[in-house]
Order: sequence, then C-alpha cells, then structure tokens
Amino acid sequence: MTVLSAHTLDRLGYGDTVIHRLDPRGKTLATLVFVLTVVSFPKYAVAPLIPLALFPLTLMILGEIPPAAILKRTAAVSPFAVLVGMFNPVFDTQPMAHIAGMTITGGWISFASILLRFLLTVSAALALVATTSFPRICQGLDAMKVPRAFIVQMLFLYRYLFVLVEEGTRLKRARDLRRFGGRHGMGLRVAASLIGVLFLRTYERAERIYLAMCARGFDGHLRLHQGLRFGPADALFVAATVAACTMLRFFPVVERLGRWAAGWT
Amino acid sequence: MHMADALLSPAVGGAFIAASGATLAFSAYRLGRQPDERRVPLMGVLGAFVFAAQMINFTIPGTGSSGHLGGGMLLAILLGPYAAFLVIASVLVVQSLFFLDGGVLALGTNLFNLGVWPCFLGLLIYRVIVGRSLQGWRMWLGACVAVVVSLELGAAGVVIQTMLSGRTDLPFGRFMALMLGIHFPIGLVEGVVTAAVVQYVWAIRPGVVENGRGLSESAAGRGALAPVVISFLAFAVLTGGVLAWFASEHPDGLEWAVAQVRGGEHTGAESPVPALERLQQKTALMPDYDFPRRGEDPSAPAGVADEAAAAIPVNVGTSVAGLLGAAITLALTTLIAAALYRFRPRSRDVSR
Repeated sequence: MTVLSAHTLDRLGYGDTVIHRLDPRGKTLATLVFVLTVVSFPKYAVAPLIPLALFPLTLMILGEIPPAAILKRTAAVSPFAVLVGMFNPVFDTQPMAHIAGMTITGGWISFASILLRFLLTVSAALALVATTSFPRICQGLDAMKVPRAFIVQMLFLYRYLFVLVEEGTRLKRARDLRRFGGRHGMGLRVAASLIGVLFLRTYERAERIYLAMCARGFDGHLRLHQGLRFGPADALFVAATVAACTMLRFFPVVERLGRWAAGWT
Repeated sequence: MHMADALLSPAVGGAFIAASGATLAFSAYRLGRQPDERRVPLMGVLGAFVFAAQMINFTIPGTGSSGHLGGGMLLAILLGPYAAFLVIASVLVVQSLFFLDGGVLALGTNLFNLGVWPCFLGLLIYRVIVGRSLQGWRMWLGACVAVVVSLELGAAGVVIQTMLSGRTDLPFGRFMALMLGIHFPIGLVEGVVTAAVVQYVWAIRPGVVENGRGLSESAAGRGALAPVVISFLAFAVLTGGVLAWFASEHPDGLEWAVAQVRGGEHTGAESPVPALERLQQKTALMPDYDFPRRGEDPSAPAGVADEAAAAIPVNVGTSVAGLLGAAITLALTTLIAAALYRFRPRSRDVSR
C-alpha cells in the first residue's frame, strides 16, 4: 500500500481546470456509465475496447493530471484480475485467429481483454478522484440521496485517513528501529500489541474529537456544504459520455473502420 | 481478496450492488433508530484506523512471508454488526478509489464478500462460542472460527461471482479449492491477531470492548440479536442468490439487447429497441452485421454464414479488416489524445 501516492492523488483533486469545475454528480454518473460499458463487452472483445480509452484520457489531459502519476499507481499494484486472467491462456487453447503465421488461442485474446478492462476501469476511477477530490464526490453522493449516515462516515474516515496512517507508520518505525534488522519482534504478539495501542489511541482521539465537536455546537446532525450547481456544461458532459458509450457499445465502430480501410487499400 | 471490475459482468455486479446496497440502507436505518452522538466520530476514525493498522505488518508463522490485518472481524467485535458494516463499506470505497483494490462496479460484490459475512454471520459465531468472558481458550477459538468461516465464505463468493460473470476459463472446482486453501491459513492468522488485539484492549480499557457490544444494539443483548441477524442474513443471501441466478440465466442482459439491436443472431425475436434498430438500418453502410470473410462463398445462404459466425465467438479479430480496424482505432485514439494534450485549455495559475 502506497500512502504517499494516495496523498498525491488527494492533492490533485483540488486543482482548478475545466474538468475539476464540473459537478461531482455528473462525473460520478459518467464514470459509472463508462465502467458499465467497458464491463458489458463480451469475453473476447479487444479491439472494440480501444476507443473507450478516450474517456479516462480526456479527463486526465483536460484535468491536467500528470499521466506518470496514474501509470505508476496502476503498474504498482498486482491486481487479482490479472492473476486470475493469467490462467485463461492455459485453459482455453481453442485457436481463434491467425496473425502472420502465428496461431492465437482464445485464452490469450480473453486475457488481453481482461487486461484492457482492468486498465480502463482502474484509470477511470483514478481519474475521477484525481479530478474531483474525495470530499466533493461525497458531497455529490449526498445530493444524490445516499444515506447521510454513510456520507458522514466516509467524510470522517477520509479526514483522519492520513493522520492515522502516519500514526501507524510511526509505530511500525519504532518497532523496526528496535529490532536492528533482525527477525525478532516481527511476530504476531508484538504486532497485535501495536495494533491494540493504535486502537486505544484512536479511541481516545475519537473522544477528543467528539468533545471538540460538542464545544462547537454539535447536536447529532452534521450539516454539509450544499454549494453544487448542475449547469449546462455538466449536462453536456454527461450526455456526451452516454452518447459515446452507447455508440461504441451498440454499433461495431471499430469493425466498420477496418472494413472501410480494407476496401480502400 | 478483492473482486475486480475486469472480471465482472454487468448483471452480476448489479445484482450484488442491489444486495449490498439494501444491507447498507438497512444498517444505516438500524443505526438511526438508536442515535448516539458519540458514535459518529468514533466510527469515522475507526475506518481510518483500519488503514493505519494495515501499515503494521508481521511475519506469518511457518511461511516467513509478511502479512497484515484485514480488520473486518475486529470492527464487528468492537462496534457491533450495523456500525461495523457501515465502516467496512466506507473503507472499501476508499480502497477502490485510492488503492485500486477492486473497482467501482465491484463495490457491491466486495461489500458482500468482506462485509456481510464477518459483520452478521461471523459475529454471531463469535458471540456464541465466546460467551461472556473474554479470557481463555474460548476467546481464541471463537475469533479463529468466526474469521475462518467468514473469510472462506467470502472467498467462495469471489469464485462464484467470477464464474457467473464468465470472463475467465478457470475450472470451477480447482479455482474453488485453490481459493479456499489459500484463505484457510490467512483466516487462522487473522483470527489469532484479532483475538490478541481484543484481549489487549480489554486488559487495558475493559470498558471499550464492553461498550462496543452495546454501541449499535439495544440493551437486550445477544439473545435478541440472533433472530434478527439470521433472518436478515437469509434475506441478503436470498437476494444475492436469486439475483445472481437470474443473472446467470441471462448471462448478459445487455448482450442480448445488443444482439437484438444488431438483429444478427436472434432473428425472429422482437427487438426491444425498435427505434435504435431503424436508426441502425438507416445509418448502416452494410445492412448486415456480419460481413463475408475472405475465402467464403458469398453466395452461401445467409443462415449458414450466421451459424458459422455464431460458432466462432470472435470473427472480427480473425480477419484483416478486424486488425486494420483495431490499428486505426488505436491510432485515432492516440491522435485525439495528443491533440487534446496539445490544445488543452490552461488552468488559471493558482499559487499552490
């Protein structure tokens, strides 16, 4: 888990670009439509997925998100999907295509499809956070009538995420400094005690937070900032996304292009 | 183990979003019935605590590899089922957006696999075995059994969801055996650590653990919880099961709709989107979706060609046209992205 880059991701969310200024509701909705579109393609679809990359790319480029930050994050994880997909070439050996004398089996095609799906869905989710910021996403969800208790829960978690992760890292560092690179101290007992300490500190922090909130007039209800405006730009953005996704899903665009080119040459 | 968007079909993802969403709404409702102002910050901070606790790695005995706490069962024990479920849900949302664990659509499946089992079934098992005292072997046994059972059920859930989605070719039996086998030792370790943490907290501040018991439930206690939890669990499993079964009957609702729109394979059936079909026929350069591949007799009856096309799942990738199409699309996509990059509107320079 790389928290440092999560911090970078968080910072990116507070930029001020065309994409950042869009309403969080529209962006969340568009991302959902996009992910659904990607996932709905049949198992062996590879080529039709390619043009869909334009959605995350557009968000990132217009949102001025350095692609390196996103790429590094995607490459760093060893995702379950890729692990599972790797077995497809082993089990599905039905030949499906012949390219330049080589026979490509169905397993490789479906594996490539899983890889592409992974890249597309993950980069779309990252692009959403990087151009919206988590608190704004929550604000949008609140306006979309997600239960308030859950919104408050997510906002609180996020507010203390980096604070507590730093605390956990400090505990870990203290243990590592005292074991001089040896294996002693890496056992379950020590870890459980450290986690227990961390829990108690967290619990006490919650008590302090509660008192601080009471001192500021907390009466059991959290009032959230309601400054959202769904303007024509947002409507255009959502409409364009839906239109593009529908077109790419329901009409064989890539195939048509290929046929047109094949007939032309 | 987090389920991923890339392995899901929309129907399975949607079914589990419905099941988990209902559970989430129900949990929020139950919490709202017993409002407790103190709980609001505590739950929030404990969500962040899960991430912090995962920073503290340890050596797994026997293997020598490094692991960390999952934390679901610990939350359930310390917070009670409903509050813990909400906290786990929030943790999963942040994990999916910031740490690439799972995905947006997979949130439903992940919340079901990693939230419903420990919070409802696991907690019940734990309470039945442990009883009143937190000392002695019953504590360790209770935590271990509860974690192993809920983790194995979650792992089985991942296998079933993957299989129903039909994106992989893994044989069901072997995949299941592999996942259950991997998660058994993980569950044991998690159970031991969970029990140790609970005992540690109990030794230093016994009130916290006992408070946790009453945090989200009425004073009625365990006896009153069991029927609610069991009936609710039955509801959740039934919802997920029925929806998933429906999903597997129609493996891809959208798939079917697309076939209808294109008017290819499902001839004779009424198109659900006649307007789109008409549009398609008007705009189509070639009226039929399947174009004759090279070497094929164009005079062959259309039905035969259609059957052949249906037998081979991919006929686009095989042809020259398919490859050309992919290449052109790739080039166009890159070109559009490059153009966007070149002519992007610059943001106002905010001094940051």
